[in-house]
Amino acid sequence: MLDIFLDFYPLLFRGLGVTLLITLISCTSGTILGIFLSLGKIYGNKLVSRTVTAFIAIIRGTPLLVQLFIIYYGLPAYGIRFAPITAAVISFIINSGAYQAEYLRGSIQSVSSGQLKAALSLGMTKWMGIIHVVLPQALRRVIPAWTNEFIYMIKYSSLAYVIGAKELMTEGKLIASRNFQFFNVYMVVALIYLVVIIIFVHLFNKFEKKVAIPGFDFER
Amino acid sequence: MPTKHLLKIEDLHHSFGEDEVLKGISLALNKGETKVIVGPSGTGKSTILNNIIRLVPPVSGKIYLEDVEITSTKKINQIRQQIGFVFQDFGLFNHLTAKGNVMIGLTKVKKMDKKEAEKIAMEELERVGIGGFADSYPSQLSGGQKQRVGIARALAMKPKLILFDEPTSSLDPELTGEVLTVMRNLAQEGMTMLIVTHEMGFARTVADELIFMEGGHIIEQGPPEKLFKNPEHKRTREFLFKLTDLYGEGEE
Ligand SMILES: Nc1ncnc2c1ncn2[C@@H]1O[C@H](COP(=O)(O)OP(=O)(O)OP(=O)(O)O)[C@@H](O)[C@H]1O
Ligand SMILES: [Mg+2]
Repeated sequence: MLDIFLDFYPLLFRGLGVTLLITLISCTSGTILGIFLSLGKIYGNKLVSRTVTAFIAIIRGTPLLVQLFIIYYGLPAYGIRFAPITAAVISFIINSGAYQAEYLRGSIQSVSSGQLKAALSLGMTKWMGIIHVVLPQALRRVIPAWTNEFIYMIKYSSLAYVIGAKELMTEGKLIASRNFQFFNVYMVVALIYLVVIIIFVHLFNKFEKKVAIPGFDFER
Repeated sequence: MPTKHLLKIEDLHHSFGEDEVLKGISLALNKGETKVIVGPSGTGKSTILNNIIRLVPPVSGKIYLEDVEITSTKKINQIRQQIGFVFQDFGLFNHLTAKGNVMIGLTKVKKMDKKEAEKIAMEELERVGIGGFADSYPSQLSGGQKQRVGIARALAMKPKLILFDEPTSSLDPELTGEVLTVMRNLAQEGMTMLIVTHEMGFARTVADELIFMEGGHIIEQGPPEKLFKNPEHKRTREFLFKLTDLYGEGEE
């Protein structure tokens, strides 16, 4: 296995780079999308709230792979064409956004209504209260769910191999199909995922401690 | 319709669904006055305070802050900056320190720069006797300290009056005194205050007027000594003496 790693590490690391790029962009953009969706669902008018609810239900109720195929293979029929990585990132952002919206909705609703009331009593508008008082608390509470999401995304991003986006899994498959050492190659790929994920879990734990506030409990 | 009162409430009605909670409330405060509202639970005391700054918009009636009709103004956020509100459950922002709680209204609402806001926040925290806890988070403070942060937060906005909704009701008896002392000092400094409380000792010694409410009506209002010693209504006397039995005369 070591020789495989030594022989192919430039390819594997290039793949890992793409994997991390896809994950990072998908997760952070997914967070931004998730914030808008959850705010729309909770504070939007009926139309906005229902549209968001339906959108989230559809995305969460269909397989990620189907969504990926619709975007990559389906949309070109309507003249919309994406490169594999772009298609992967778009479908992951949408998917992650829908899931994150639900986590965030939970944590926004766990911030007591008295907090917003107190913000209004100082002369803040509802949106100022949401931005300066509700969200800073809700976002802190959602950090554990967010880190889980990030870890999942590192692993789910391997799905992008089916449309040929050159991430870690794709590189592994290419190497294995040339030297036929399937076991060893995929073990190396698995180990790389494992090490990266352990490193991120460690970093996130540190981050959680850093933004922790006395007496301010994280969800779960 | 201009008035010479600082706050004036005229024929205020409020309902939650079918349930009429306020059935025509009228009262007024002059600058520097302290009035205390008492009455049984569910009588609509909190509703009045919430109606005043339209946290709960009233169904009918008129409320004025000096010349401005609060009930119809389009600039309710400007009115709220001028009327402090102190909550029974403190309503402190959990993600901010004591100082942060007092500063946020100044920096975000009044757009004051940070340095100046910090200076005012420290002054107000000192004023309520908790300058030493400026960097503590709400969870690190006792109930009495939290409520004093709540008062400092209201004071920092330089309000024309402050509304208190049972400010000591979630406190242990031994912490009630420190909050009442702060409020008594404010009354002496000439702050205008409308206070809902069960603390009869405090009401008797600090209030210019006591307002007894029941069933959505004001039954009787007047100087506390008159209501205690010589009330017009039997109900007033019964209620006030029951409260005094329950909560004592306060720390006086
Ligand atoms: N948001 C609401 N929706 C429906 N009913 C409400 C609402 N808020 C208050 N009420 C009802 O209105 C009535 C008056 O409530 P309010 O809180 O003003 O009473 P209160 O005099 O402050 O009582 P307490 O001493 O218990 O605080 C009560 O019967 C209460 O159940
Ligand atoms: Mg009440």
